[in-house]
Amino acid sequence: MTRLTRWSAAELAARIHAQDITAVEVTRAHLDRITAVDPALHAFLHLDAPAALAAAAAVDDGLRRGDPPASPLAGVPLAIKDVFTTIDMPTTCGSRTLQGWRPPYDATVTRKLRAAGVVIVGKTNMDEFAMGSSTENSAYGPTRNPWDLDRVPGGSGGGSAAAVAAFEVPLAVGTDTGGSIRQPSAVTGTVGVKPTYGGVSRYGLVAFSSSLDQGGPVARTVLDAALLHEVIGGYDPLDSTSIDAPVPPVVQAARAGAAGDLTGIRVGVVSQFGGDGYQPGVLNAFEVAVSRLRELGAQVVEVSCPSFDHALPAYYLIAPSECSSNLARFDGMRYGLRVGDDGNRSAEEVMALTREAGFGPEVKRRIMLGTYALSAGYYDAYYGQAQKVRTLIIRDFAAAFERVDVLVSPTTPTTAFRIGERVDDPLAMYLSDLCTIPANLAGNAALSVPAGLSDDDGLPVGLQVMAPALADDRAYRVAAAYEVARDGAEGGPLAQRVPDLEVVGR
Amino acid sequence: MPTISRAEVAHLARLARLAVTEEELDLFASQLEVILTSVARVGEVAAADIPPTSHAVGLTDVFRADVTRPGLTQQQALSGAYATEDGRFRVPRILDES
Repeated sequence: MTRLTRWSAAELAARIHAQDITAVEVTRAHLDRITAVDPALHAFLHLDAPAALAAAAAVDDGLRRGDPPASPLAGVPLAIKDVFTTIDMPTTCGSRTLQGWRPPYDATVTRKLRAAGVVIVGKTNMDEFAMGSSTENSAYGPTRNPWDLDRVPGGSGGGSAAAVAAFEVPLAVGTDTGGSIRQPSAVTGTVGVKPTYGGVSRYGLVAFSSSLDQGGPVARTVLDAALLHEVIGGYDPLDSTSIDAPVPPVVQAARAGAAGDLTGIRVGVVSQFGGDGYQPGVLNAFEVAVSRLRELGAQVVEVSCPSFDHALPAYYLIAPSECSSNLARFDGMRYGLRVGDDGNRSAEEVMALTREAGFGPEVKRRIMLGTYALSAGYYDAYYGQAQKVRTLIIRDFAAAFERVDVLVSPTTPTTAFRIGERVDDPLAMYLSDLCTIPANLAGNAALSVPAGLSDDDGLPVGLQVMAPALADDRAYRVAAAYEVARDGAEGGPLAQRVPDLEVVGR
Repeated sequence: MPTISRAEVAHLARLARLAVTEEELDLFASQLEVILTSVARVGEVAAADIPPTSHAVGLTDVFRADVTRPGLTQQQALSGAYATEDGRFRVPRILDES
């Protein structure tokens, strides 16, 4: 029965809806898998097996009554990054500040998943408040990479990526502010999508950097990601930055792409993303991926986006600035941790003690960095200038998309690094987001699809495909075609080659 | 090249309501200086006549119909509170009475 966990979400849904298998059986198989491997991985911060089984049973009951499935993913298990509010489960954001916090409302993404009959099994680990590229900044300990337990699963959404890669769930939801869906997907051999900004509601997504944060799907196949994208996407009046337009036809695009023909598609290779600082095995895998796109009929050209060189510094001014403002809400007054309330200390003293105790080092660093960048006297030189660079990056994308349909690059410059390797060097950690940040600053769609294993260390590499705003379907089409070609050439999906983590002898 | 002193970090921590420790002052002073030196590169970009972007999508005021809609109940709003009194949040003193 554990083999059920190897199936894609699309396959599971088809079998459940045909009543060949029950959603309860599928959920139980995944819960068993979590029990077997999560002690080694630590992808989950919270599990709710009874609620998951009850949700699955409700799907089965409906199908037995002859009701049509609530969505193409009804009955399929899924994990939610612990940054989306859930009324029936704690929402900690990987922080001590919110340890045990039970939100009084569901995020729109959570609500849509429930309405779609998706079975929510639990909440996944993450860097505290989504700040980090390794999941080591979680107050609850790191998540490990299923490809090599001594390595990080990327971040901030390392829990969601590791859970999907290790067959604990076929689907997960993440958030991507500077690459927190795509970079973990790249280093765990999964598919991760950052939709166009505004494409997925941020209502109930605990804010880190509001102008950049975007929820999106994590899956093992491009089609599964597309199916989840259509469930969680769409206009939400509760999010003022939500786009009032139909979800791009990503499922149709994924199916069309799977036919394996990219004739007439123009692909631009970003010339800024390569060379020094990139792992040779990553660049080799990327070269092979680009030649596969060419074999599929795509017309490949090199495209220069000179402002992308300034994306990383601009991001590390804009995101901390927004974070310093957003995280002011954690003041110990209305919810969350409170420390030092002895009846004598003032609210301000209690606030400072609470924040000191509740936040980890990276969150404090970013709050102070943002406070600095927004200070009188520095504002123009730092935050103001970063916002201008943001304009230049948007212009580079606009110019590029006049020449090509999509842009491609490696998703991240290296494969998964070792746990502990970058924790004391924030700048080295920040470089993980080098290639993913431009799409956050410009707000367009981008995804990472597995691009084989690096020939120098045997670890997964991701191919990033970037598309214009609201043309998410283009990225899906290219990624789906590439996925079919890659799987064909390498004798099967990369995701199936992850080491089996089952305890020997069981 | 920006330099950042221990005293400046202490000032930032005060502004950010973080009761940082002495050890953290040293650690953050050196780390923030490294990070600021790196991000200061944005200043090299000639962008005097470039308009700033605060937001990737064109933002305008968003309105909704002025009608009541369900919100949190008092009990829900207080459900995560550290301390409550008479159906309200109980907070430490705000004014200095000494």
